[in-house]
Amino acid sequence: MSKKKIRDILLSVLLLAAAGGILAWLQADSSNHSYAISIIERSAIYAVVAVAMNMLTGFTGLFSLGQAGFMALGAYVTGILTIPVELRANVYYLNGIAPWLENVHLPMLPALILGGLVAALFAALIGIPILRLKSDYLAIATLGFAEIIRAFLASPAMNTITNGSFGLNNIPAFSNIFVPCVIAAVCILLMVLLINSSYGRAFKAIREDDVAAESMGINLFRHKELAFVISSFFTGIAGGLLAIYMRSIDTKTFQVTLTYNILLIVVLGGIGSVTGSIIGSFLINGGQEWLRFFDEPLSIGGVQIPLFRTGFRMVIYSVLLMIVVLFWRRGIMGTSEFTWDNLFGLFRRKKKKQAGGEA
Amino acid sequence: MSATTLIQHMLTGISLGGAYALIAIGYTMVYGILRLINFAHGDIFMMAGYFMIFAMASFPWFISIPITLIATIALGVLIEKAAYKPLRSAPRMSIMISAIGVSYLLQNLATYLFTALPKSYPEVPFLKKIFQFGEISASLVTLVTPVLTVVLVIVLIQLINHTKIGMAMRAVSKDTETARLMGIKVDTTISMTFVIGSLLAAVGSILYFTDRMTVYPFSGSLPGLKCFVAAVFGGIGSIPGAVVGGFVIGICETLLVAFGYSTYSDAFTFLLLIVVLLVRPTGLFGEAVTDKV
Amino acid sequence: MANNVLHMETITMQFGGVVAVNGLTLDVNENEIVALIGPNGAGKTTAFNCVTGIYAPTFGEVSFHGETILRNSPQGKMKKLYAGDVPAVDVKPLIKTPDEITKMGIARTFQNIRLFGNLTVFENVLIAKHMRAKQNVFSATLRLNRAEEARMRRESMELLEEQNLAQYKDEIASSLPYGLQRRLEIARALATGPSLLLLDEPAAGMNPQETMELTEFIAQIRKDYHLSVFMIEHHMDLVMEISDRIYVLDFGRLIAQGTPDEIQNNDRVIEAYLGVSHDAED
Repeated sequence: MSKKKIRDILLSVLLLAAAGGILAWLQADSSNHSYAISIIERSAIYAVVAVAMNMLTGFTGLFSLGQAGFMALGAYVTGILTIPVELRANVYYLNGIAPWLENVHLPMLPALILGGLVAALFAALIGIPILRLKSDYLAIATLGFAEIIRAFLASPAMNTITNGSFGLNNIPAFSNIFVPCVIAAVCILLMVLLINSSYGRAFKAIREDDVAAESMGINLFRHKELAFVISSFFTGIAGGLLAIYMRSIDTKTFQVTLTYNILLIVVLGGIGSVTGSIIGSFLINGGQEWLRFFDEPLSIGGVQIPLFRTGFRMVIYSVLLMIVVLFWRRGIMGTSEFTWDNLFGLFRRKKKKQAGGEA
Repeated sequence: MSATTLIQHMLTGISLGGAYALIAIGYTMVYGILRLINFAHGDIFMMAGYFMIFAMASFPWFISIPITLIATIALGVLIEKAAYKPLRSAPRMSIMISAIGVSYLLQNLATYLFTALPKSYPEVPFLKKIFQFGEISASLVTLVTPVLTVVLVIVLIQLINHTKIGMAMRAVSKDTETARLMGIKVDTTISMTFVIGSLLAAVGSILYFTDRMTVYPFSGSLPGLKCFVAAVFGGIGSIPGAVVGGFVIGICETLLVAFGYSTYSDAFTFLLLIVVLLVRPTGLFGEAVTDKV
Repeated sequence: MANNVLHMETITMQFGGVVAVNGLTLDVNENEIVALIGPNGAGKTTAFNCVTGIYAPTFGEVSFHGETILRNSPQGKMKKLYAGDVPAVDVKPLIKTPDEITKMGIARTFQNIRLFGNLTVFENVLIAKHMRAKQNVFSATLRLNRAEEARMRRESMELLEEQNLAQYKDEIASSLPYGLQRRLEIARALATGPSLLLLDEPAAGMNPQETMELTEFIAQIRKDYHLSVFMIEHHMDLVMEISDRIYVLDFGRLIAQGTPDEIQNNDRVIEAYLGVSHDAED
């Protein structure tokens, strides 16, 4: 093993230990840190969706906008199955719950996986017709399906299962901050392993040139379907995590805006970079809290600043998305990944620049 | 269902279809020329609704309507210049993301400026006049919409087939590079496409919202998607196709609601999209384009 | 015919009203180099695309080592429109996809190089090994396929070494000079383990020196990998030097076939290339 490799492993272990330490410290006094905990949990959950979206958009070249729909499926499956049986009468007080579902209860982890599987199954079904479509048609078709899922979940016919337009509440929360973070980390790790495997290379080949990929013996449909199904599986799990995080959901949570927020994270972090998506998620979610003061009326010296009111934050977000697309297309990471080498390289370059400037 | 109610529903459907057709033309023309789904088109249509509300607050209808049309055109052209033009040579995905960004921005901007609550749409008095034919009643807007749509489409087709700018549009949509080499001002031509698309969207908006009576920041997104489907159904790039598609979707949607399947009326549109793309990807009147390998 | 590798039988490809390839019948035999030549727009690349499954021919049959890979007759609207010289007969269509055809042992290069531009030279070749690897998405993700992955990497590296590309293995494919990109595209095709290699204008854009090297290179890979080569080429020096047999296509129709000597002295070929009769009419 080379010296560098030992250094990298050591640094990575240190980083993980530090992250774990911070989480433990936050958890130890959770009532005082509830704000920070909430931001970190949400960032971790969004990071899973962003990486899953990046796997499609950045690595396979499939521009899908169905994230909100698949998240809704995962969220509802997880939500319905984890609400404690004794509380269900309260949740479904208007329409009642379907008798076959009444006593079906699953612990969190199996419920999450089942949510992911439902999303994956649905993706597999709609993938058969729509993955043959060209890029922009695919985007609009997935967007359409996400809306159909939402309409379906909220429809009166689903009242006794999804509680229709009233949504779900009383979903049990995470027992501690480690639960969502570890689950998110495992999901992302699995996706990274896939992206760096032989299958991931096939995905990238399709992104680069689908005709050439096919002439290399790669079955286009099978591999696109695979990427789509796996991405949807993790999107579904993230939806389930979001349901647990929010504790009460309804179909309005899963509007197209949610997909656009994820897209913003992916674009900001860099299309084609997993670490970029993770960084993007923490920046956007952290920033969202930080930017919250834009949404509150602000007065300086008794004078109301007129710009600051509800919705200003979202305007800033959309302007940010436009700026990144127009002027900074590679985003934070471009298509490269975080490595210790890059980090040290960055410092060295900066030093050199300074040295050069002084000379 | 009696014949009278059926006719009544058909009238509503045709009227809705007319508005859809006008919006669908904007999608089909922009797609034809830039190969871009202008995700923001539905939101331009929504903004036109707000323009009309604010214009009507201080002016009579005959001044408000021109103001709305001009403001909408200005918005459309501004979007093209600011968000699409800088990305002409960028990968397609970037332009699409830019279009989504504009849509997202317009929705958020509208929420911020006008709040998320629905605002009531002003009444243009004469459009609301009710006509009675036996048992069937219809407001003037219901009757005017399809007629106006057809007239505008005929004018547009004449414009495209018989004027210089129309010829330039056809040339650019066939082959942008060659058109540029032939001395056609590509950017002007593209702007002109946005002018026409936005103008028709504004007209569609007035007709649509007069019937719907409220505007809110997201009221453009679903109609926008539906009109895009209408354009695909008719064959993207084909103006008569977009019109037929608009009417088909408008009528089917109204009938589905009338028969009590309102939950599925939106789903129907996307089902139609999938079926069209699978069975006949070029749509009703579209031309097949084969990629050269 | 002894050891037939590729057989095309009355292949006709019609786009709308345009018949791009008209009743083309040809053969490629084991370890043979066969060239398909003809003026621009004669339908050569279309004929190629009919072999690799990118297009389904309108009419005709393609077989590979005696096994049918593509078979079609005019369907639907094309039944009325069909304008090929060979009268169409109804057959049961059989259309394999390009990846299935590659898996059977036909590899190709493209007229305008189609590498995986943003990937490294090594990855470009490694991707070709994916289709034959014994793995599934779970074993690959959980790294249970280490032996298989190691084999793929080893074989790809060996191939790069054989093709003298090993020194560029970590370069981004699109950053290579043009000539090397052509070589890499051929190496990538070889990595799929073909018994028939289709080259679409391999010498396009090359100077005489590079063309000469390519001529030797093609002859060499035929020997080393015991391949049949079927190529489209405009550089007559190259074609005449290494081809065993030549087919000449003009306006979609086969106008001549034979050895290089026969073709060089064929009046119809000369006419097609120089356009004698067409010019006379003007």
